[in-house]
Amino acid sequence: MTTPLRSVNPALPTAAPVVFNSSGSLAVGARGIVKVFGVGDARTQALKGADFEASEGELHLIVGPSGCGKTTLLSVLAGTLSSDQGEVNLFGTRLTGLSASEVTRFRCRHIGFIFQQFNLIPTLSLVENVSVPLLLNGAGRRDAEAKAAERLRQVGLAGRERQLPTQLSGGQQQRVAIARALVHEPRLVICDEPTSALDSMTGHQIMELLSTAAKAPGRCVLIVTHDPRIYGYADRISVMEDGRVTHVHAGASLSSYIHSENRS
Amino acid sequence: MFLLALKMLLGDRAKYWMLVGGLAFSSLLMTQQYSVFQGLMSWTTSHMRNMRASIWVVESRVEQVNESKAMRDTDLNRVRSVEGVDFAVPLFQGVLKARTADGSDKMIQMIGLHSGTLYGRPPRMIEGDIAQLRLPNSVVIDTLAMESTRLGSGMGRPLKVGDVFEINDREARVVGICQTERHFFGYPYVFSSYDQALQYSPRQRKMLSMILAEPKPGWDTAEVAQRIMKETGLRAFTVPQLEASTIRWVWNNTGIPISFLTTIILGFVVGVAVCGQTFYSFVLENLRNLGALKAMGASNGLLAGMLLFQAMIVGLIGFGMGIGLTAFFGLTVAQSGQPPFKADAAFVFQSLAAVLVICALAALFGIRRVAKLEPAIVFRG
Repeated sequence: MTTPLRSVNPALPTAAPVVFNSSGSLAVGARGIVKVFGVGDARTQALKGADFEASEGELHLIVGPSGCGKTTLLSVLAGTLSSDQGEVNLFGTRLTGLSASEVTRFRCRHIGFIFQQFNLIPTLSLVENVSVPLLLNGAGRRDAEAKAAERLRQVGLAGRERQLPTQLSGGQQQRVAIARALVHEPRLVICDEPTSALDSMTGHQIMELLSTAAKAPGRCVLIVTHDPRIYGYADRISVMEDGRVTHVHAGASLSSYIHSENRS
Repeated sequence: MFLLALKMLLGDRAKYWMLVGGLAFSSLLMTQQYSVFQGLMSWTTSHMRNMRASIWVVESRVEQVNESKAMRDTDLNRVRSVEGVDFAVPLFQGVLKARTADGSDKMIQMIGLHSGTLYGRPPRMIEGDIAQLRLPNSVVIDTLAMESTRLGSGMGRPLKVGDVFEINDREARVVGICQTERHFFGYPYVFSSYDQALQYSPRQRKMLSMILAEPKPGWDTAEVAQRIMKETGLRAFTVPQLEASTIRWVWNNTGIPISFLTTIILGFVVGVAVCGQTFYSFVLENLRNLGALKAMGASNGLLAGMLLFQAMIVGLIGFGMGIGLTAFFGLTVAQSGQPPFKADAAFVFQSLAAVLVICALAALFGIRRVAKLEPAIVFRG
């Protein structure tokens, strides 16, 4: 099923409910998101009223050509970037209604991040890197490191807790990043190009981990990617063009979309 | 998180040592220069500790202890007649030339003490008896004068009790050796009786350099000094007054304090510049990591606290190293006695505060940058 989203209407009241198109309960809903960078001649409208939805238990890919606004949308959904217009709703919390410090606290508690360049702190050991979200949530160091070690074990890095990130391969570093993103049991996991720096086999291993993570109750995994090799792991794919989500593929439509993308 | 912040800093060895080195150098510059300055100031007032007296009476235009404008002999009795003065004695002080065994001339700080009381005598005798100053042609020298480069020149050994040298063609026989604090001019002290000092010194119309006085028991020293000034027209100082006046004179009439102050300020500025730049570059290099922390939910306050903590820790370590180097310098020069060195606990704490201010300023540059940092930076390639 392909669901064309409505065209942008900035005049829509931001309080209007986000239309929910999938079968699961709504995890992420965004409506009429507008984001402008720069002023004057340098003014660029990165998002032109984007609407977006994702359900719990879903691994949702956001795809599209470079410069279409994928990363900007992901940043707005994650609460790391404020939108100029529109509304973002995460697990029933209206993010756009929260103060900056409340958004920070919300991110800290409910969102896990996986970055394209891993962003592990090179001078901290693996277990220290993974324990960061727990420490930010107020856990004690000992407890945090115990849980972090357990997460590392789950991603296949048992026994390497005290190593530094620079001692690992790219794939192993991304595993550490996954462990860090999941250690505090977040409801939303935001991934920015998680496989683009990895070879095909490692990319698939990483996606297996993320796919398993997405199945956890009440969780949703959002991935921005250019990498068609991982489309097969998606429960839904939102396609963006020119600052808007133009198509959402799920079910049969998803299979044909993946097939056509792989062929091209 | 603070422990991790520290590990982040320690992990970047080059930056860490640059920061610690900069702060150590800055601390060293500030504390060492201040200690040398304090030592110099201490030298300018060493007369007062080598010739202890409660009230120092001088000619009315004299501003400091090392200055000598001779008074009339009758001024002594005028001081003695002031109510509240228990006793007052004459003192001669002047720079004279002494001739050593090898015929070379050496400058000395000649002090002539009242032979009846020997009031103003040095605080500690190492050898001999100060009372023997009452014998003709006898002098007590300090340990500096003993040295073979001073009055012992030509002896092939340090001067000792019983040795003889000449002051102004008159015999000076060493009857004792005393311990003194070194004087700013660097001349060794030679003590004799007042009358003997007048013999040694070239004759002038007025020879009385100073009058040392003691208040009667129960009288306030400052009040007695005030009375002396009022009734005689001379200038009278208590010890704290003379010390303050001498240091004020040095501040106003020499470039010494400004030179040292400039170096101390430079130490502070170098600290701010080196540490500010290094710490800011550390923050810039870690911007993506800090952005990632911010994205993961670290508040601006927490990140500011982490940066401040990192800066303060390197500050304390750098200061510790700097103060250690200053102490090492102090111990080293203590052997030779120069350059002057006088450590001051209050200034150590003030330097620590200055170093922590340097660190706070250094951290502030980074904190400003991090506060403006959008966590979304981590999503940009």
